[in-house]
Amino acid sequence: MKRYSVFAIARQAMSYHQGWERAWRAPEPKKEYDVIIVGAGGHGLATAYYLGKNHGIRNVAIIEKGWLGGGNTGRNTTIIRSNYLQDSSAAIYDKALQLYQGLSQDLNYNVMFSPRGLLMLAQTHHEVRGYLRTVHANQLQGIIKTEWIGPAKVKELVPIMNIDGPRYPVLGALYQAQGGTARHDAVAWGYARACSDMGMDIIQQTEVKGVRTEGGVVRGVETTKGYIGCKKLGIVVAGHSGQVADMAGFRLPVEAVALQALVSEPIKPTIDVVVMANTVHGYMSQSDKGELVIGGGTDSFNNFTQRGSFHHIEETLRALIETFPIISRLKMLRQWGGIVDMTGDRSPIISKTPVGNCFINCGWGTGGFKAIPGSGWAMAELVAKGEPGPLAADFNMWRFREGQFIDESVAAGVAH
Amino acid sequence: MLILECPYCGVKAEETELSAGGEAHLKRFGPGSADDDFENYMFARKNPKGVHFERWRHSYGCGKWFLAARCTATLEVFGTYPAQTGEPPADLQAKIKAKRPDWKGY
Repeated sequence: MKRYSVFAIARQAMSYHQGWERAWRAPEPKKEYDVIIVGAGGHGLATAYYLGKNHGIRNVAIIEKGWLGGGNTGRNTTIIRSNYLQDSSAAIYDKALQLYQGLSQDLNYNVMFSPRGLLMLAQTHHEVRGYLRTVHANQLQGIIKTEWIGPAKVKELVPIMNIDGPRYPVLGALYQAQGGTARHDAVAWGYARACSDMGMDIIQQTEVKGVRTEGGVVRGVETTKGYIGCKKLGIVVAGHSGQVADMAGFRLPVEAVALQALVSEPIKPTIDVVVMANTVHGYMSQSDKGELVIGGGTDSFNNFTQRGSFHHIEETLRALIETFPIISRLKMLRQWGGIVDMTGDRSPIISKTPVGNCFINCGWGTGGFKAIPGSGWAMAELVAKGEPGPLAADFNMWRFREGQFIDESVAAGVAH
Repeated sequence: MLILECPYCGVKAEETELSAGGEAHLKRFGPGSADDDFENYMFARKNPKGVHFERWRHSYGCGKWFLAARCTATLEVFGTYPAQTGEPPADLQAKIKAKRPDWKGY
C-alpha cells in the first residue's frame, strides 16, 4: 500500500492523479480463514484491524451483505463523546475517544476527527440533576473531563441558541470539550484500507445465510458465495444481530428499531459545537459541507425498514425550532433511517456466546459510531484470546440473567 | 405511517394515537421459576424480520390493550385481535400463511 502524504499528492499531480491505487482489494473468498467477521461496518472493520495490529491475526475475512460502511456507519450523525454515567461505559467509550484522537495518523487516512466540543442541553430540572450526577461520576472515574456549564456560557458557545424558550428553556449543559465529530465514511474506509493492506479479505455483496457448527463449536458460514470455513467467528452486524444469532442457534436480548436522521440544505458556518437536546430527541451539528446534521428519535416498534415514522422528525424539528429559531426557514434535504439493535439496559454486548469460538458484538443501539475504535479494540481482544479483556468483561450477554445491568437508559433516557 | 384498527372500538388509529407494547404472547415466569425461564421471559425476544405478533395500547382512544400481527420488514399489517387470547387466532394464522408461505408459523 502506498502511503498517503503531501508528497504523494505532489507526485500524483505530475500524472494528473491517474496513478492512485485502489484503497482496498476486492478478492474472492478463500476456502478457510482463521477468523471470519460478519459485517463490514465500522465495528466489524475495527475488530479486524485490531486483530491484525494488536494480536497478529491476519488470515481474516470480513463478509458484508451490502457494501462496506453502508449500514449504520453511513447513517449516523457522527457524534463522538465519552461522558457516560456508568464506569464500564465510560471506560470503553473513552478508549474509543482516545483512539479517535490518533486515528488519522494510525490509519494513514484522514478521518476528519473534529473535537469541536459537545453540549448536552438540560431543558428540565430532571435533566439538570441527571447531568450533575454524570459530571460527578465522570470526576470520580478520573479519566473523562466534563463540566457543568450555565445558560450564559451555553449562549456564549452557541450564539444562535435561544435559551429562554417558553417550552424548552436552556437551564445549563453538560459540556465535554474533547467531544466532537468525525467523517463517518472515512472511518470505515480508513479501517478497510488498513485491513486490506494487512492481507485481510473484505468480501462485499456476500450474504451470510447460515452458520455451520459441529459439536457446539463453529466451523464456518454458508454464504451466497458458498461455504467458507473458519476457526473463529465474530458477529458484528448491528440491526440484524438477532437474525445471524438465530442462524448460529442462540437468542439475544435485543430488539431492532429504526432511528432517524436528516440534513438541511448547506448554509454558512453557524454552529461550531455539537448540541444534543435529549428532552426533545434532537441533536444538531454542522458538517464541513455546511449542512445541519440533525438526529431524531427511534420508533417505538420493531422495524427493519430503514425509514422510520415521519412524526418523529416532525416532533424533533418542532422542538429544535424553538431552541434554534434560525433554522425555521431551512429546507431539509434528506431523511433516512438506520436499524439499531437495542438491549434492555441500552448498553452493548461484547461477549462469548453459547456456541464455541463464536463471539458477538452488538446492541450499540443509538450510539455506536462514537465507540467504533474502542469496540473493535475490545472485540479483537475477545476473539483473539477467547476471553474478554477488562474493557469487554462487563458487557457479556449473561449480565441480564445475573441482573448486572450497565444501565445507561436511565442516564440517557433516550437515544444516545 | 402505521395504521392499526382497534379491535375494541373499531377505530382505525395511526401510530401517534397508539403506544407500542412489545412482543405479544409472552409466557410469564415469576418468583420461584427456573433462571432460564425467567431470563427468557424478561429479556430474550424473537425480534423477527418478518411476521411479528405484538402488543399495542389504544392510549389516546379507548385505552384498551390489543394485539396485532405485522410484518417488521414491510410494515404490512395482517390483522388485530383482542388481548385476551393465548395465541393468535387460527383464521389470522391461516391468512398470514397464505400471504407468506415461507412463514415458519407462530
